[in-house]
Amino acid sequence: MDIDLIFKIAAIGIVIAVLNRVLYQSGREEMAMMTTLAGVVVVLMMIISLISNLFNNVRTMFHL
Amino acid sequence: MDIMKIVMTGIIAALLAVVLREEKPETAFAVSLVTGLVIFVFVITKLNSVMTVFKHFAAKANIDILYFSTILKVIAIAYITEFGAQICRDAGEGAIAAKVEFAGKVLIMVIAIPILAALMDIMIKIIP
Repeated sequence: MDIDLIFKIAAIGIVIAVLNRVLYQSGREEMAMMTTLAGVVVVLMMIISLISNLFNNVRTMFHL
Repeated sequence: MDIMKIVMTGIIAALLAVVLREEKPETAFAVSLVTGLVIFVFVITKLNSVMTVFKHFAAKANIDILYFSTILKVIAIAYITEFGAQICRDAGEGAIAAKVEFAGKVLIMVIAIPILAALMDIMIKIIP
């Protein structure tokens, strides 16, 4: 039960949200957009490895 | 027990997803997806012992291994299809979920073809 991955993703989300708000206040909208994209990419990277792990488990389990 | 761990994980992740919902919907979706994956992986590993017992019964009842492996494949496809369709529906993409389910049904049908053929042969033999 690796719950820490869930907490990591939630932490990234909150940090990105705060960063966005700060960047919007300081007038740099494009930087805010960049940080949002960076956050999404980082989270996607973490998810992809977990999904491949899941599919390998299922493949070995059901001898597909 | 294990179920308590799973329920706690689900509640915590749901809370995190709600917190992130209005600020960062894509991260909230990622949190729900990862929670689904974590619980799925945790439960699948427990299924292993059940699989070995079924295989033992199938061997003892000398059921043809083709039928048993087909059943396993159908169960696996159903699991993954339902998982993917539910995740897509959570994200609000009903159309994608419907397509995923449709594809799952077609694949299960394709895998079940040999059994249907065998059944037809037996039926034809029985009917004079």
